[in-house]
Amino acid sequence: MTDLTATQKALGAEVAVRSAPYFPRKKKAITGRSIAVLAFLAICALFFCIPLYVVITTSFKTMDQIREGAMFALPNVWTLEAWDHAWNTACSGTRCEGLKVGFWNSVSILIPSLALSIGLSIVTGYALALWNVKWAGPFLFVLFICAFVPFQIIMFPLISMTATLKVYGSIWGVAIIHAVLAMPVLTLIFRNYYKDIPQEIMSAAIMDSGSFWKIFFEIILPMSGNILIVVLILQITSIWNDYLIGVTFGGLGAQPMTVNLANLITISTGTVRYNDNMAAALLTAIPPLVIYFFVGKLFVQGITAGAIKG
Amino acid sequence: MPRVSFEHITKTYGLLKVLDDLNLSIDDGDFLVLLGPSGCGKTTLLNLLAGLLDVTDGRIMIGERDVTDLDPKDRGLAMVFQSYALYPTKTVHGNLRFGLSASKLPREEIEKRIAWAAKLLQIEPLLNRKPGQLSGGQRQRVAIGRALVKNVSVFLFDEPLSNLDAKLRTEMRLEIKKLHDQLKSTIVYVTHDQIEAMTMATKIAVMNGGVIQQFGTPDEIYERPANLFVAGFIGSPAMNLRKAKLSVAAGKVEAVFASGVRLDVSDYPFASPPRDGDEVIAGLRPEHFVLTATGPVAASFTVPVQYAERTGPDASAYFKFEDELLALRVEPGAAAKLTPGQSIAVSYLKGKANLFDARTGQRM
Ligand SMILES: Nc1ncnc2c1ncn2[C@@H]1O[C@H](COP(=O)(O)OP(=O)(O)OP(=O)(O)O)[C@@H](O)[C@H]1O
Ligand SMILES: [Mg+2]
Repeated sequence: MTDLTATQKALGAEVAVRSAPYFPRKKKAITGRSIAVLAFLAICALFFCIPLYVVITTSFKTMDQIREGAMFALPNVWTLEAWDHAWNTACSGTRCEGLKVGFWNSVSILIPSLALSIGLSIVTGYALALWNVKWAGPFLFVLFICAFVPFQIIMFPLISMTATLKVYGSIWGVAIIHAVLAMPVLTLIFRNYYKDIPQEIMSAAIMDSGSFWKIFFEIILPMSGNILIVVLILQITSIWNDYLIGVTFGGLGAQPMTVNLANLITISTGTVRYNDNMAAALLTAIPPLVIYFFVGKLFVQGITAGAIKG
Repeated sequence: MPRVSFEHITKTYGLLKVLDDLNLSIDDGDFLVLLGPSGCGKTTLLNLLAGLLDVTDGRIMIGERDVTDLDPKDRGLAMVFQSYALYPTKTVHGNLRFGLSASKLPREEIEKRIAWAAKLLQIEPLLNRKPGQLSGGQRQRVAIGRALVKNVSVFLFDEPLSNLDAKLRTEMRLEIKKLHDQLKSTIVYVTHDQIEAMTMATKIAVMNGGVIQQFGTPDEIYERPANLFVAGFIGSPAMNLRKAKLSVAAGKVEAVFASGVRLDVSDYPFASPPRDGDEVIAGLRPEHFVLTATGPVAASFTVPVQYAERTGPDASAYFKFEDELLALRVEPGAAAKLTPGQSIAVSYLKGKANLFDARTGQRM
């Protein structure tokens, strides 16, 4: 490796010494096409960056400065007051316990529903892809249909079902609904991923062990790193950002952070406390960002390592 | 006592009949090679034995046990796959250990067997590597090791060498042969490489279209092919197959070719008495031709050279005979002297011809 970089450097030096290139290439003129693309990208960037800038700076301002109205100014005094208030004491409805209630609700919804949905669909996908399952074809077709049924259509029956099961309005209710709704898609994803595992590896494992669970845990699961990370990112983001399911099935006691945030912002009385609202919005957005940061790196590693190719 | 026997095996995929009423049985310690062109059902037959596929009809016996409905892991077999099929996330050691996961062996016994197999196959330095860090030949050794640790009496190989380069293939061929001699196990080996078949097998089953064309020792298959398919399939360059008519007169039997060349087959062990005028196909091995005869010959004739080619230690010359090419094995020295167009006198050795019934294609 060091040798290689050394030679590369040497090569670079050589090239630099040679002052005039032998075959100078014509500089390409900027075409109308690339101007259009650049303009489009610039507009997109502005659309994202300006609001982000405003949200972040406002969250660190005091209410006094905000009242002055200079929206794009940097904070005169950087303060975490608004963050503290949003997290600990902001009122949503009659309760004034801040966003932390919603945060912990979201976490306790997230973990069981992740475990439930991934756990069930990875095993189902494995069975469908690698074992002879009777009626596998029709089953896949049904899954496919289920994956595309809009949630709103089955919302009311689901409400009465959860009510019958006595989980309506609880953390478990929301978690189970999330898990159930995600399972068809996740099963299809896992099944398609496992279909690419070479048949001979499966044959070897069947001759070596023959045990469904042993093969799953010892051979298949270690080969699933990539897809697990993809699914994790997908699920964490969609569960964390969900509003509709939370507001429908959470009742009053099990509202996730998004619902908490909405209440906090819409139900405030008197002057609108922009800094609190911005801080609350940012707090809600941070967890998925953290996930992207940490797991995203693993994601790239997983892809480059090529877990399936022997 | 037969070790492995297939009895009236039929296998269909939907409407496609891949194997039809197949019978085959081999003895303890045999090295059976299933040989045949692509798609003839070799892998299917092997997978039926392994239990990876279910038979449509028939019975498979291993030793005295009817294994037709047993799970693969309970059949007492070990298999080596064409793509090696190593577990990519396990180390070599882990791969070997997983090979024993169905057997409830104590830990020390497992480690002992892994050490033994690793030593035998010289993969000890590789035990902590992942398959991705091994060369093709090393992977193949590990795959064989994973089969060896199971300590079973029947091993199955499905074209294990076809992903290796020519040199490595020759080496591994010898090693597998050596293992067989050492372990005295029964081996069923699938290949479409006739050199592998001829060098390793104690028994060869030549298959075509899901039917066993001939079953016998390599010598039998080569010297006395049972029908035109086997005759044409085994041997390189292939046996020369030419139409001829029998002429039986005064105790002398001759095969007369269209061009009038007469091949003396009086000493041919005919299964049923030959009749004058029978249509036959004569099979002449390239190596049974000579340019300068020193012993008795069955036929001598003069033919024009088309071209000669050298294949390492050997050379083949092609002559034009009745509008088709006739392949001969010649000494490399003699081959160099042949120039295209030149007419050369060639002779066919006595007692070496093969005759097939032109209508049925069966050996006479
Ligand atoms: N799952 C399947 N469904 C339908 N037909 C199949 C299936 N597997 C194999 N076949 C057919 O069965 C026949 C025999 O296949 P098999 O794999 O046994 O051939 P083979 O002798 O091993 O060939 P090769 O030397 O190419 O490996 C082929 O015609 C193949 O197309
Ligand atoms: Mg095959």
